[in-house]
Amino acid sequence: MENQFFIDSDKLSEKALERKHRLENDPSSRTNHMEYMEGMERIESDIMDKVIGQMEAYDYDKYTAVDVRRALQQERCSIEDFKALLSPAALPFLEDMAKKAKIETSKHFGNTVYLFTPLYIANYCENYCIYCGFNCYNDINRKKLNAEEIEKEMKVIADSGIEEILMLTGESRAMSDVTYIGEACKLARKYFRNVGLEIYPVNSDEYKYLHECGADYVTVFQETYNDKKYETLHLLGHKRVFPYRFDAQERAIMGGMRGVGFSALLGLADFRKDALASALHVYYLQRKYPYVEYSLSCPRLRPIINNDKINPLDVHERQLCQVLCAYRIFLPYVGITVSSREQEHFRNGIAKIAATKVSAGVSTGIGDHESKYTGKEDEGAGDEQFEISDGRSFVQMYSDMESEGLQPVLNDYVYV
Amino acid sequence: MEDKLILGGKEFTSRFILGSGKYSMELIKAAVENAGAQIITMAVRRTNTKQNESILDYIPENVTLLPNTSGARNADEAVRIARMSRELGCGDFVKVEIMKDSKYLLPDNAETVKATEQLANEGFVVMPYMYPDLYTARDLVNAGAAAVMPLASPIGSNKGLATKEFIQILIDEIDLPVIVDAGIGRPSQACEAMEMGAAAVMANTAIATAGNVAAMAGAFKNAIDAGRAAYLAGLGRVLERGASASDPLTGFLRD
Repeated sequence: MENQFFIDSDKLSEKALERKHRLENDPSSRTNHMEYMEGMERIESDIMDKVIGQMEAYDYDKYTAVDVRRALQQERCSIEDFKALLSPAALPFLEDMAKKAKIETSKHFGNTVYLFTPLYIANYCENYCIYCGFNCYNDINRKKLNAEEIEKEMKVIADSGIEEILMLTGESRAMSDVTYIGEACKLARKYFRNVGLEIYPVNSDEYKYLHECGADYVTVFQETYNDKKYETLHLLGHKRVFPYRFDAQERAIMGGMRGVGFSALLGLADFRKDALASALHVYYLQRKYPYVEYSLSCPRLRPIINNDKINPLDVHERQLCQVLCAYRIFLPYVGITVSSREQEHFRNGIAKIAATKVSAGVSTGIGDHESKYTGKEDEGAGDEQFEISDGRSFVQMYSDMESEGLQPVLNDYVYV
Repeated sequence: MEDKLILGGKEFTSRFILGSGKYSMELIKAAVENAGAQIITMAVRRTNTKQNESILDYIPENVTLLPNTSGARNADEAVRIARMSRELGCGDFVKVEIMKDSKYLLPDNAETVKATEQLANEGFVVMPYMYPDLYTARDLVNAGAAAVMPLASPIGSNKGLATKEFIQILIDEIDLPVIVDAGIGRPSQACEAMEMGAAAVMANTAIATAGNVAAMAGAFKNAIDAGRAAYLAGLGRVLERGASASDPLTGFLRD
C-alpha cells in the first residue's frame, strides 16, 4: 500500500486546483529537479556523487546472517559492515545490535541524554511537498510571529528550564527571509545557550550571516536520497532542487557553523537505501570536514492536518530501531536525535541504546507555547506541521530520563 | 583482480620497500631477489660521492628509486636535497625525511608538511616520513602527498608496532596509502601491520642485521604477503567468552 497524499481543499480556486492537479498528474509540467534555480550557490563537491553511487549500488538482499555476525564482531564498522547491519538479514539480530550500539553510545557519550525543544516561528511555505502539513496547497492557519511574539514564546520556553532551542520555519523566503531569521537568532541568543536552525537551505554567505547572529547548528532533511522519488514528492518550489538541498550542510560548514544535522524521512522511499545514504552523507563529510559536529535523526512519516492517513508504511518500530542501532555502530561519534514523532515508550527505550538527544515540551504549531505550557487561552495560533506522538513536558521528560538511569544534559556548548 | 599498490600513478605488485640506512650490495640483492622489492630507498647524500662505489650502480634498472632527504633539518634543506636528486636523474619520487634530533632521529612533522607542499607543487611524488599524528596526516593529504609513512617505533630499534593504535587511526581515516616505516624488527610485526590494512611496509635494519640476510629477506616477503592476504580476506570474528544475561534492550518495541 502506498500513501494517498493528494488532498484537495475546497477553498482553492478553480485555477489553483487545475495547476495542482497538473503538477500531480503530469510530470512534464514540473521543473527539472536537478537544475539549480537563480541565486542558488553551486559549490565544488564530490560528496553527492559518492553517496548516491553507494546507495544505488546497495543490494541489501545479498547480505546474509554470516555477514551480519561478522559485522557485529568487528572492532571498527566498515561501510560493508554497515550495509549488512541495515539489511533485512540483520533484523533477527536486533538485540545483539542493540547491545553493541549501547556499548558504542556509552563509550562516546556516557549515560548522557540532551534535551531541547523546537520553536516554529512561521509556517508559510512556497513548496508543494505532498506529505507535509505546511505545503502551500494545504488549507491551514498560516502565521508568522513578529519579534515581540517570538520573544514571548522564548520567555515561556526558557522559563520552563530549556537551554537549547531549534528554530524552524516553513520554507518561504518571501515570508521568512534570512534577515527575519537572523533577528530571531539574535533574540534566541538572549534566552538560550545553544541555537540551532531548521530552515530552507541558503547560500554559504547567508549561513555565515546566521552564524554571526547566533546560530551554530544547521539541520536539513533531505527527505529521500532517491532523486527520482524526490521529484514525485516535491512538486513545486525551491525545495524541488535536489542537489542544492543535498549540499546545504556543506555550505553551512563553509559559512562557519559548528554542527550540521541530517536525515531522511523514513517511509517516503526505500528506507534501507535512505538510511544508508543519510549515514554516508555524514561519513564522507566528516572525512572532508573532521572538525565539525555531526548529528543524525530518523523521523518517520506522520499524519498531517487534512490527511490523517499518512503513515510510515513498512518502517515499524523494529525497523526504526535497526536503523538507529546501525547508525550508532557505524558512526559512534555522531549525535542521534529522536523527535516527538515517536511515542514515549520508544523514546525511553532508544535513549538507553543509541539516541543522545530528545525533544521535550514540543509544539509544531506557531505561537502556541504559552497555551500549551500554561493552559492560557491563545487565539490565532498557526497550525502544526505534523501530529506529534509524545507530548511530554520538559519537566516530565527530565524526570523520566533520570528514572531511566540517564543523565539529562541541557547544554554543553559555548558560543565562540 | 590483481592487488596492486599505486604510488604516483605507478603500479607495484610488491608491498615491501627496502630502506636505506644500512646499505650493502648483499642487502640490495637479497631485497630484490628474496623479498621481491620493487622500490628501494636511497639517501641522496650518499650518492653524492666521489668514491668509485656509488649506490646507484647497485640498483637494478627495473626497481623504482625512492630517494630520501635524510640529512635535512628543515623544509628548505629537504626541498634542496629533493631538487638535487632530480638533477642527478633519480626521478620524481622522493621520501621526505626531516629530523631535528640526532639522538632519536624522530621526524619533524611541521617541517615535513611544509616540504611536502613545496615539493608536490614542483611535481614530485612525495612520500613523507612522519610521526603518526592524525592532524599531520590530514595536512599532508592537503599538501599533496602521494602516501604517508608513519613510524612504527624509533628508527633502527626493531621494536615493532609501538604506535599501533595511532597507525590504525591513520589507516581508517586517511584516503592515501599508509606505509609503515621504521622500527619494524621482525616478519611477524610486518605481517601485523599488513593485517591492519597498511599499504606496504618498509624495513632495513631488520634484514641488514639478520644472521642470514637473504633468508630474512624471504621471510619478510612471506610475512607481508600473508598479512596482506589476511587483510583482504577480512579477519574472522573473535569469540567472546561467557555470556552476559540481562533484560533485553529491545523489549520495548511494539509494532
